[in-house]
Amino acid sequence: MSDAFAFDETYRARAETIVARYPEGRQQSAVIPLLDLAQRQAGGWLPTEALEYVATYLDMPNIRVLEVASFYSMFNLEPVGKNFVQLCRTTPCWLRGSDDLRAVAKDVTGCGLGETSDDGTFTVVEVECLGACCNAPMVQINDEYYEDLTADSFKAVLEALKRGETPKPGSQAGRAGSEPTGERATLTGAGESA
Amino acid sequence: MLQDKDRIFQNLYGQDDWGLEGAKRRGIWDNTKALIERGRETLVNEMKESGLRGRGGAGFPTGVKWSFMPPEERRDGRPHYLVVNADESEPGTCKDREILRYDPHTLVEGCLVAGFAMGANAAYIYVRGEFYSEASHLQQAIDEAYEAGLIGPNACNSGWDFDVYLHRGAGAYICGEETALLESLEGKKGQPRLKPPFPAACGLYGCPTTVNNVETIAVAPTILRRGPSWFAGFGRENNTGTKIFSISGHVNNPCNVEEEMSIPLKELIEKHAGGVRGGWDNLQAVIPGGSSTPCLSKNICDNVLMDFDSLREHSTGLGTAAVIVIDKSADMVEAIARLSHFYRHESCGQCTPCREGMGWVYRVMKRMVTGDAEIEEIDMLWDVTKQIEGHTICALADGGVWPVQGLIRHFRPELERRILARKTGNAPAQAAE
Repeated sequence: MSDAFAFDETYRARAETIVARYPEGRQQSAVIPLLDLAQRQAGGWLPTEALEYVATYLDMPNIRVLEVASFYSMFNLEPVGKNFVQLCRTTPCWLRGSDDLRAVAKDVTGCGLGETSDDGTFTVVEVECLGACCNAPMVQINDEYYEDLTADSFKAVLEALKRGETPKPGSQAGRAGSEPTGERATLTGAGESA
Repeated sequence: MLQDKDRIFQNLYGQDDWGLEGAKRRGIWDNTKALIERGRETLVNEMKESGLRGRGGAGFPTGVKWSFMPPEERRDGRPHYLVVNADESEPGTCKDREILRYDPHTLVEGCLVAGFAMGANAAYIYVRGEFYSEASHLQQAIDEAYEAGLIGPNACNSGWDFDVYLHRGAGAYICGEETALLESLEGKKGQPRLKPPFPAACGLYGCPTTVNNVETIAVAPTILRRGPSWFAGFGRENNTGTKIFSISGHVNNPCNVEEEMSIPLKELIEKHAGGVRGGWDNLQAVIPGGSSTPCLSKNICDNVLMDFDSLREHSTGLGTAAVIVIDKSADMVEAIARLSHFYRHESCGQCTPCREGMGWVYRVMKRMVTGDAEIEEIDMLWDVTKQIEGHTICALADGGVWPVQGLIRHFRPELERRILARKTGNAPAQAAE
């Protein structure tokens, strides 16, 4: 992992698009999005070489990039498993059974909080509110939200990932979004104009 | 109850196409040029007349905020910026997410109209990093709008040039604080700035900037199109309009719903969320406006109205209108202790009362859960929260101690019961129901 890091062609093109969003001389604004790209290319975490590469890319001192990378919770400074499982622990999810999901995660992946499975398939962590409270309890795995979970449906999601499948993200109770289940009192005629 | 024809977010549940075609069908981008032709001053005045108060939590009048931007005659050559706060992270709140993924064109159109009204030629939309697919929808909406000439040079043929840029964050509640957001957008740690100077004078890149919540910006075009008196006709005086409420926790059908301001809390929960699990009498408490707002006990919930002034009378607030319902089966102290854990985790560490205080409060709260405390410590906890409140650069610490104050205000007997039960060797870990 200590090999030199550089964006490949795809990521370099994306980085250029992003840097162009900010006024000239303000390229430092792109540090968060570029660290995100680097983390994707490096397999879910940011080795020192990637941090230094982004610093050079944006003409920033290394320490300023490290400062950002360590401040924001989405940047991992240690390697993580292929499926990065983030269990929401905050009150709205907890009220609807997030503790049960933690037990399921341990059961299926063998990982306690902060642990990575031996085969590198899973890392399980607990995180603060992910902003999908009307679909609680929920879990983020890599880029996707899995919502309206029960112990059983979460188990099914994790087992599918274990088999190398891609389970369908979103509500596991069949909701399209955050509409109330069953008959609703609002927005009943689809497509009505404002 | 608000009628469907008066709902601004017609695709809140994603039942229709969220792309440009669908958006146009729902009346978005309908002659936006005519709105712009009314001129900056008229738009700002109409927003003032509508009574719209910011939907991000603080409830500051939107039109007034826009009027703080330098008028044309006082422009000094610096660019003006609109920055949209889509860093939705207040526990309980999940309304902006629905706008981003299912009605993103309301926001893109809002950026143009609001941006013009404050003399800005560019908008940055700061979306919380975890909202990956939501950000993808928004980016597609932005691309479609550019493609159709709705934004970009001579946006909507209005003669106004306007760019909209998406910026993704990377996980930090504090970046919902407007100056922390600006720091983050400039590529730094998200630590709030001292004010003054306020962003309208010196914001993004040192330029005049207004930071508004997603919902605030997304409702603006409809308000202007249908007229300020239409919007002001909903809710009570000083609390006007429609609002998206997020109802989570112990209800039968958790949901987001756009309703009239000042709707009774009980009606909101029963009509839209299928009622409290186990019936209204099974209600223990409600956190009415996101995690920062102090909880209310059931007797207040019976009659309280969901608006800024009514909730303020009960020492809490409307906040983001995220209603967290807690029934009698829940450990109320643990429910609040979890919020203390949240604020401890999210403190940016800049101010001592917050950095040290949030950790201290959480440690005491953990002991309150099990009753491993002295009765006097309840008053001490109260005093310390009062010493933290108002003594930091931003309001994160205020939001961190208010839930604890709400707990002590309404559930002191439960805290005392646990402490005494433990002392007498009769200590259940959970509240006895």
